Amino acid sequence: MSVCTLRINERDVAVPTGTTLLEAARQASIPIPTLCFLEGLSAVAACRLCLVEVSGADGREEPRLLAACVTTATEGMRVQTHTPRLQEIRRTVVELLFTEGNHVCAICVANGHCELQNMAVEVGMDHSRLPYRFPDRRVDLSHAQFGLDHNRCILCTRCVRVCDEVEGAHVWDVGWRGEHCQIISGLGEPWGAVEACTHCGKCVDVCPTGALFHKADTNEEKHGHPERLQALVHARTHQEWSP
Amino acid sequence: MTKARLATVWLAGCSGCHMSFLDLDEWLLELADLADIVYSPVGSDQKLYPENVDVALVEGGVANTDNLELLQRVRASTRILVSFGDCAITANIPGMRNMLRGSDPVLRRAYLELADGSGQLPKAPGIVPELLERVLPVHELVPVEVYLPGCPPPAERIRAALEPLLRGELPQLSGSDQIRFG
Repeated sequence: MSVCTLRINERDVAVPTGTTLLEAARQASIPIPTLCFLEGLSAVAACRLCLVEVSGADGREEPRLLAACVTTATEGMRVQTHTPRLQEIRRTVVELLFTEGNHVCAICVANGHCELQNMAVEVGMDHSRLPYRFPDRRVDLSHAQFGLDHNRCILCTRCVRVCDEVEGAHVWDVGWRGEHCQIISGLGEPWGAVEACTHCGKCVDVCPTGALFHKADTNEEKHGHPERLQALVHARTHQEWSP
Repeated sequence: MTKARLATVWLAGCSGCHMSFLDLDEWLLELADLADIVYSPVGSDQKLYPENVDVALVEGGVANTDNLELLQRVRASTRILVSFGDCAITANIPGMRNMLRGSDPVLRRAYLELADGSGQLPKAPGIVPELLERVLPVHELVPVEVYLPGCPPPAERIRAALEPLLRGELPQLSGSDQIRFG
């Protein structure tokens, strides 16, 4: 196994070739915030929270902003993960997420267990410097067991990926563009009408907010369960089926 | 030492932030030694917002003409304005009417569509304040010095903000205990 050495926040870190910057930083116990990334699923760099400043790669000296989850570590790279510029970008990204949708924590199923709510604390967002949009969005309650509240969706696409890559059903996709962009089930049908859905609930388990939820859950009752997906992916990858 | 002049203000909110303020329990007795409560729906009988207020906790979004008028008076007469709770900071639950796009659809929904047949739109100029087209967070209308999120902010969080403010310092709030929404 070949190894490459890079510097993250002035620390030398050696990782196997092919490791992403996010994995390299986490192996070195340097936390980089993420929302769309989830171990066990492919990385798509949708949320932009894991942006880092990279220099020394491809002969470029000026720092470039790259998403750590999809950037492969190379020999001699120099990475900064928490400069004032990056912290400002991260807070702005979280403010954009809050103001783009309708995230009313007080009445949410995920209140107290929400990755977006936690991220606001982590980036120091005590208010939004951007105006709230209050978009008119729908709630799909056509499925017998689950609901989808588009007001709370941050378009991380974890549901799309888990359904496609792990469950193999590909119920979810992303439809429309710009401010109309939203998660769609089937060919833009009500979720309950999509025959491909196996009712497995993996999408609900990995949703970082209260957008996907069990119908039985009320205020503050929804807990995410990404560890279930990770246990399954681990078992399949290593053919280890008994814990 | 002269006592600080403290006010609390109730705009479009459920008063839960004020209930949380009352949850300060026995610390309220210490607060009474540190500050004069010069205006407050729960701590003063003063009807008009006074001049020269040092610190004001402002609960609620800005939903109608009364809210807006009072907020402007508060801003003009207050040194440190604290946006107090999620409704003041995000418009929160009162702001959910903004999704209906305008005050007229909101009034029609509430007073006509959901009425039992005898519904009528409320109209009493000079008595019932007119709704603004949108409920807005306080800081979208006037400058704000301190943000105290939470629905409601727990009593300890209010104390963590008030203690430095009454010493004349700005609180540095961070971490899950002090700046969490919801």
